[in-house]
Amino acid sequence: MYEDIAQNKRRTWLLIGIFAVVVFGIAWLITFLLSFGIAGVVIAAVIAIVSSAVSYYNSDKVALAMSHAKPAPEQDYKRLHNLVEGLCIGAGIPKPRLYVIDDEAPNAFSTGRNPQHSAVAVTSGLLEKMNRVELEGVLAHELSHIRNYDILVSTLAVTMVGMVALMSDLFLRFTFWGGMSDRNDSNDSNPLGIVLVVFGFIAIIFAPLIAQLMQLAVSRQREYLADASGVQITRYPPGLVSALEKLKGDQTHVHFASKATAHMWIEEPLDVHQDRKRKFDELFMTHPPLDDRIARLEEM
Amino acid sequence: MVGLIIIIVVVVILVLIAIATYNGLVRIRTRVDNAWAQIDVQLKRRHDLIPNLIETVKGYAAHERETLDSVVQARNQAVSANSPEQQGQAENLLTQSLGKLFALAEAYPNLKANQNFLELQEELTATEDKVAYARQFYNDSVQSYNARIATIPAKFFAGPMGYKAREYFQTDAPEDRDVPKVQF
Repeated sequence: MYEDIAQNKRRTWLLIGIFAVVVFGIAWLITFLLSFGIAGVVIAAVIAIVSSAVSYYNSDKVALAMSHAKPAPEQDYKRLHNLVEGLCIGAGIPKPRLYVIDDEAPNAFSTGRNPQHSAVAVTSGLLEKMNRVELEGVLAHELSHIRNYDILVSTLAVTMVGMVALMSDLFLRFTFWGGMSDRNDSNDSNPLGIVLVVFGFIAIIFAPLIAQLMQLAVSRQREYLADASGVQITRYPPGLVSALEKLKGDQTHVHFASKATAHMWIEEPLDVHQDRKRKFDELFMTHPPLDDRIARLEEM
Repeated sequence: MVGLIIIIVVVVILVLIAIATYNGLVRIRTRVDNAWAQIDVQLKRRHDLIPNLIETVKGYAAHERETLDSVVQARNQAVSANSPEQQGQAENLLTQSLGKLFALAEAYPNLKANQNFLELQEELTATEDKVAYARQFYNDSVQSYNARIATIPAKFFAGPMGYKAREYFQTDAPEDRDVPKVQF
């Protein structure tokens, strides 16, 4: 199991590395195609750094507000607080802030930038439908996201996806409305230049899609990892297994979940069919099929 | 001249490695101490909850003297225990007598419905979980500490610094080891 966790971590970092390369590649392509020079890269970098910094410090507040999460006072949610305190002792991390979302669909997510600045939000449906052991399994899964710095990874992934999309969008507008006439003079005579331009266009049009697929792949790996290391805290796989079984049997969906936050929840919060016969559909899912997660847990 | 620079670079690198190793050792040992203290914090919390519980139960089932007394006795033993071994035994005894008390509560519907009792039951269950988690975290910390002082480069520092391998927390109660017998 420890090897599993290490391997998943490596894969996550590999994907993030590929992400960074894609971002740089596109930046380079744009400056090359527009013959914009260094100034373009500098502007892009400044935008990227500022937006990263803002999302680094505020991503948790945004995610909590988007999901209509309210702080869970200790006297009203004794069991929730007790379970999280126990798990935090076991995991050796500080206790995160706790939030409740008034929604009958059982689900939960964690957010923040590091264990010292983190939050866990659960729906009221989760608190009602899960017994103590199952709730503990789910919370351990969420705390693992915090301990493994998944919460930061997902924030960075979101920022990078946004940046790739923004750059390719800007580039396309630029070339269609302004840059075209300039290049006609310089590049038409050079066959290599035309090939590069065509290749560049194709790459830039498809880049956002590829970037998003990568984000989803990161997200799916993180779910397996959090399942495994959550169980490492509770030392009791059947708890999480039975919670996942309950989630599978439940047909309700979270009201205030959107595509932007979908990858953060313990289970896919949106109304997508969990029909795993089609491999292609799996590419676009933020979460691995529950059956696969249960199967992996049962092997432990 | 080149030789001198190389020597200086090597020495600087060695000193940096030494500092990092030393700091790492101190940090990991502090974590072990902290993990051990955390167990005591949780046990203390458990002891503090029991007088309240006894008072609440007395209100509904005062004539169950024997069970109540055994809980109080086990609690007092646990509080006054002064060696880890003694304490381990006392805590096990306390867990057993508490189990009996909660089983007994099943026969008193009024007690079971009492808000105060329910809260205490939740608190005690949670505290027992926290004790278990604190022990688990202590053992996890000891594992990484022991592995660290036994491997290079920390191995060279651990001896002179007087850092010795720590013992794991183990439950000595034989009934915890044995597979419980189920009879129908």
